[in-house]
Amino acid sequence: MYQLSLNLRAALLSVIMLVVGLLIWEAAIPAQQAAGELTEYELLTGGGAPKAGVPPPSQVIAKAWEQLSDPFYDAGPNDKGIGIQIGYSIYRVLTGYFLAALIAIPFGFLIGMSQVAYKAFNPFIQVLRPISPLAWMPLALFIIGDSEASAIFVIFICSIWPMLINTAFGVAAVREDWINVARTHELGPIRTAFSVILPAAAPTIVTGMRISIGIAWLVIVAAEMLVGGTGIGYYVWNEWNNLDLTSVVFSILMIGVVGMLLDAMFGLLQRRVTYAE
Amino acid sequence: MKPYLSIEQLTQRFPDGSGGQLTVFENATFGVEKGEFVVILGHSGCGKSTIMNILAGLADPTSGSVIMDGQEVKGPSLDRGVVFQNYSLLPWLTTLKNVTFGVRARHPEWTKAQIDEHATKFLAMVGLEGDVIHRKPSQLSGGMRQRVSIARAFANHPKLLLLDEPFGALDALTRGTIQDELLKIWGQMEQTVFMITHDIDEAILLADRILLMTNGPHARVAESVEITIPRPRSRTEIVEHPNYYAIRNHLVQFLGKRSKELAGQPATPGQPNAPETVRIDTTQTNDDPADTRPALKAVNS
Ligand SMILES: Nc1ncnc2c1ncn2[C@@H]1O[C@H](COP(=O)(O)OP(=O)(O)OP(=O)(O)O)[C@@H](O)[C@H]1O
Ligand SMILES: [Mg+2]
Repeated sequence: MYQLSLNLRAALLSVIMLVVGLLIWEAAIPAQQAAGELTEYELLTGGGAPKAGVPPPSQVIAKAWEQLSDPFYDAGPNDKGIGIQIGYSIYRVLTGYFLAALIAIPFGFLIGMSQVAYKAFNPFIQVLRPISPLAWMPLALFIIGDSEASAIFVIFICSIWPMLINTAFGVAAVREDWINVARTHELGPIRTAFSVILPAAAPTIVTGMRISIGIAWLVIVAAEMLVGGTGIGYYVWNEWNNLDLTSVVFSILMIGVVGMLLDAMFGLLQRRVTYAE
Repeated sequence: MKPYLSIEQLTQRFPDGSGGQLTVFENATFGVEKGEFVVILGHSGCGKSTIMNILAGLADPTSGSVIMDGQEVKGPSLDRGVVFQNYSLLPWLTTLKNVTFGVRARHPEWTKAQIDEHATKFLAMVGLEGDVIHRKPSQLSGGMRQRVSIARAFANHPKLLLLDEPFGALDALTRGTIQDELLKIWGQMEQTVFMITHDIDEAILLADRILLMTNGPHARVAESVEITIPRPRSRTEIVEHPNYYAIRNHLVQFLGKRSKELAGQPATPGQPNAPETVRIDTTQTNDDPADTRPALKAVNS
C-alpha cells in the first residue's frame, strides 16, 4: 500500500486547516454584516460603520498582494511600504541585539568561570531581569534623548538577560572531565576556553540567543508604538488610527512571519552546535 | 636508586563535612619502575582515584610528593596520559578529531596531514578504521568509545599512562577484546602503566605487579604482589599456570578479609607506609625434572 511520509501528511493537514479556517472566517464576515441588526455595542460606538469592520481574508490577501508587490515604496513619513517599515524594525532589533550579545556572551563567560562572580552577580541579574523592557523607556528617553537610540536601548536591555544567564550557566555547567582533558593536554586558558568550554557550552548559549531574539522581536513592536516615526510597530498603530483594519491584520501576519524567520535562523544555528552525549 | 615513579609519604585529607578531617591515606610510599605495568586493587572508596588524580597532577595532595624521572609532579602534563573512567571524549568532535585534539596538543608544529595520519594510525591500532572514525562518540558503542580514549592517550606517547577503571562499564566480551588490545599495544611501546581496577582476573592478566589497598579511611597500600606468570599471557592459558590460583586466592583472601582487618590503623608519624612485597611462585618448589616450563624470573628486576 502506498504510504505518504509523515511530513507530507502533516503538511497536507496544515493546508486543510488553513483553507477551512479561512473559509470559516470569510463566511463569518458577511453574515455579520447581512444580519442587519446591530448589537448594543455597535449602537453605542456609532452603528457598525462598515469601513471599520474586521476584514474578510480575501481583502487581507488582496492587501498583501498590493503591499508585497511594491514593498519598498516611500511616499512621505506616513506612507511607506511594508518592506521599509520591517527593515527599520529589523535594523533596530539587530543593532540592540548584537550590542547585547557583544557584552552578554564574554561577560557571561567570565561569570560562569568563577563561582564567586556567579554568586556575586546573581542578585543583580535576578532583580534586573524581570523588569519589563518598556519600563526603561522613559528613563532611556530622558538620558539618551534620542527616540531612535532609546528604542535600540530597550532592545539591548531586553535581550541581554537570557544571553547572559544562559552563557554563565552553560559555562559553569561544563563537565569537570572535559576541563580535565584540556588540563592533561596542557592547553592554556585561552585555548581551553575556545576549544573546550565554548563548544561544550554552545548549545546553552545559542538557546539563550534564541530566546533573546524572540523577546527582542516581541518588544520592538511595542517600543515602536511608543516612539513612533518608523517601523512595523508604528505602522500597526498608524493603520489603527486610520481605521484601516485590513492593513492592521496584514501587518500582524507580517510580524508573525518575520518573527518565525528570525527564530528559524537561530534554530538552524542551534542544530549546528548541539551535540549528543 | 629511586624507582622511575616514586610516590613519597603521600597523605590526603578532606574535610569530612562535619568540621573534622577525613584521612583517606597517610604517608603512602611506593614506586613504579620504567616499563612496568602496575595495577592497584582495593575496595570502593579506599582512595584509588584520589591517588591517580594526584599522579596525573589534577589534584594536590595534603602532603608528600610524587617524583617522576627525577622531577617532582606539579600540575598536569602531556607526559602523563590519562584514560578516565568515563572515557571523557569530547562529544562535539568526531572520533578522529578527538584523537587529533591530543596529537595537536603534543605536536603543535606538525601539519594537519601529519596529525591526521598519526591519529588514524593509532585508531587503527585499537581496531577503529574506515567510516567509524568520522562518527561522533554518541554514535559509537561503549567499547568503541573506550578504545578511542585509549588511542588518544597512546598516540601522545606519554611517559606514564594512567588508567582509572578503564573497562568498568564494558560487558565481559568487549572487555576481553580491549584488554588484549591494550596488552598488544603495551608490548609494542614499552609504556609505564598504572591502572585501577575492581576485577581480580583482569589484574592478573595485565599486571607485572598488583598493589593491594586496605579499606579506608586511613587506607594503606599494604602489599605489592608480583605476578609470577610469564608473558605473553592469554586469558585462556594463564588459568592453567600453576601460580594462577595461588595468586588469585591470595588476592581474594586479601580483598575479602584482610583488607578489613588491616584497615583503619593510623600511620606511625613520619614513617613511610610502604607495601610489603609478596612473591608467590609455586614453580620454584616444583622439583619435578620432567617439568619443562620456562624458568620464571622476577619481573621487576
Ligand atoms: N573532593 C573530595 N572531597 C571530600 N572527600 C573526597 C573527595 N574526593 C574523594 N573523597 C573521599 O575520599 C575517599 C576516596 O575516594 P576515591 O574516589 O579515591 O575512591 P576510589 O578508591 O577511587 O573508589 P571507587 O573504587 O569507588 O572509584 C572517599 O571516601 C571519598 O568520599
Ligand atoms: Mg574511583
